[in-house]
Amino acid sequence: MKIHEYQAKTILAEFGVPVPRGRVATTASAAGGIAQELGGTVVVKAQIHAGGRGKGGGVKLARSAQEAEQAASQILGMMLKTHQTGPEGQLVKRVLVEEGMAIRQELYLGIVIDRTAGLPVLMASSAGGMEIEEVARTRPEAIVKAHVDPATGVRGYHTRKLGYGLGLKGDLLKAAGEFVTKLYQAFEAKDCSLAEINPLVITGDGRLLALDAKMTFDDNALSRHPEIQALRDLDEESPLEVEASKYNLNYIKLDGTVGCMVNGAGLAMATMDIIKLAGGEPANFLDVGGGASAEQIENAFRILISDTNVRAVFINIFGGILRCDRLAEGVIRAVRALGVRLPIVIRMEGTNVELGQRMLRESRLNFITAQGMKDGAEKTVRAARGA
Amino acid sequence: MSILVEKSTRVVVQGVTGKEGTFHALACREYGTKVVAGVTPGKGGILHEGIPVFDTVTDAVAKEGANTSLIFVPPAFAADAVLEAADAGVRLIVCITEGIPTLDMVRVARVLQGRDARLIGPNCPGIISPGKAKVGIMPGHIHSPGRIGVVSRSGTLTYEAVGQLTARGIGQSTCVGIGGDPIIGMSFVDALRLFQADPETDAILMIGEIGGTAEEDAAAFVKAHVTKPVIGFICGQTAPPGRRMGHAGAIISGGTGTAAEKMAALRKAGITVVQSPAEMGQAVARVLPAVPAGRRTPRRRVSAGAARNRKGAARRPAARGKGRSIAKSRSR
Repeated sequence: MKIHEYQAKTILAEFGVPVPRGRVATTASAAGGIAQELGGTVVVKAQIHAGGRGKGGGVKLARSAQEAEQAASQILGMMLKTHQTGPEGQLVKRVLVEEGMAIRQELYLGIVIDRTAGLPVLMASSAGGMEIEEVARTRPEAIVKAHVDPATGVRGYHTRKLGYGLGLKGDLLKAAGEFVTKLYQAFEAKDCSLAEINPLVITGDGRLLALDAKMTFDDNALSRHPEIQALRDLDEESPLEVEASKYNLNYIKLDGTVGCMVNGAGLAMATMDIIKLAGGEPANFLDVGGGASAEQIENAFRILISDTNVRAVFINIFGGILRCDRLAEGVIRAVRALGVRLPIVIRMEGTNVELGQRMLRESRLNFITAQGMKDGAEKTVRAARGA
Repeated sequence: MSILVEKSTRVVVQGVTGKEGTFHALACREYGTKVVAGVTPGKGGILHEGIPVFDTVTDAVAKEGANTSLIFVPPAFAADAVLEAADAGVRLIVCITEGIPTLDMVRVARVLQGRDARLIGPNCPGIISPGKAKVGIMPGHIHSPGRIGVVSRSGTLTYEAVGQLTARGIGQSTCVGIGGDPIIGMSFVDALRLFQADPETDAILMIGEIGGTAEEDAAAFVKAHVTKPVIGFICGQTAPPGRRMGHAGAIISGGTGTAAEKMAALRKAGITVVQSPAEMGQAVARVLPAVPAGRRTPRRRVSAGAARNRKGAARRPAARGKGRSIAKSRSR
């Protein structure tokens, strides 16, 4: 789960990570008020989940409360386009107003889970402000890494490795050590999958400060963090995906015309792949779960047909233990209940396959049965073109 | 032979009295697996569907000689269940549970390092040696005994692959689902090492997916140590970057972990890469004629240990017979 920058900074501040003074506003006049309180130059930053906000015009410098109000009125309500938002952009509903400051140097600090090592890894780089993936590609030597064993947490040697690696000395080295330790504490306590400070700045007066902050959380751990769940912003998610998540369906909307409904994530990805190989474009990823119950099928259909790009649906169920007659019954009921008119191609494996296929044929609904996933994909792509 | 589970495997099911635990414990038993015990704290002493239930894994090991554990415990308690099994001396732990917090698994993986216990999963279908034992949730009847090793990060996609093999009359030595989470126990490399050493496995089908670098690691291992033919498929060729595709571990992040990268790494290691998920069985069939007919049944008795100690290069000439050599058909 992702959260906004201002939410991440609030969490970090609770753990003692130094962040700039500032507050979030939903109106231009409130933004002006915050700027007045802070005094001096402020920065007005659009709060959307996507990165690259500055380049898209979502970050503005203001020298007075009046300028801040003006900047906020330009940013609030805009469709902010960045390389991460997609072509239509993302509506800005909040701005963060923060104190401006002189910056001596920009650094990078991040924590992620290193899957190969099976451990959290601290990453620091002197190339602050750049995307770490870009740095890894172009200047891998500029990244210093240290793995942390959760049994010990961050130790002095970790922070020295990172601090000296960044070329820090004296008080800054000490401050960096504290910064890293506290960031890791937040990462661990909140079950993060990513905690990233980019840039981490050295201010003109020699302090370390988290100028930006990004935190994402392990979805599997959200049940033990109601305080993090409360930070979820549904406006940042696709409405169909929000609807699907209510029914524990794994749904991701894509741009194609061939809808698909599959049990199991791997098979669902493979089904998208074979649709593409058959000359079509998948409209979605949809995993209805291993069991593919009648209720899940109905919920899944409702979401699939809400996507108006969908021209045909491919149901690919490898059940094994699953009874195909029950599956067919569930599909027929859902299609009748929802009045689905699209062509539906069904490929299913399990017990009572013949009975299930006969039920589909005899239903006189718009079903096409398929043998194997290749046949199913080809028939669906053809149906999608014909519709 | 097969890898990791066989007829003598004695299984304890953790979470045996739950709905899923009960269903699959019985399905495993019906398949012929020795399900000797169950564990549900607080229910020790009862007999559940004929399975003796204990409060702790330690009791199940002491009283019933369980050596393998199958876990159906809810995600919040599953990490504890794995550690309990390891602490009780269980050698093979198969964790089916989906949704375990990643940092819990980081801690578990750390504790298991350097121990005898081997973990399969979590978030996996488990492991089956067809005709011998099933320790997992896969449908037993789609499998058939034979000489292909299957290893996969997926569940139903593995069934799809196995279904394709069985339909062509190609049996499997062992099929293992290693799980779709970012932090898992057994890796592709671990499975490949075991299949390479198993004298009753002729070829290996490996099914990967987007996210992480497990497939790249596997490719490097295959290049250096595996002489048997390996067929690979990677799902998620059309997955958008930055989105988690159902599995917690299936995500292209920062432009890395794409299917294209993984397929290229596999090809470079001499692995036969299949583009279409409908052609996995066919691709395996195609490499099989290269294995001399005599090799399909064990010609020489080679113990797993002895085979493991030999290095790939030394083994290759002996292992390959006449005809289109598999080793040669790979571009090394």
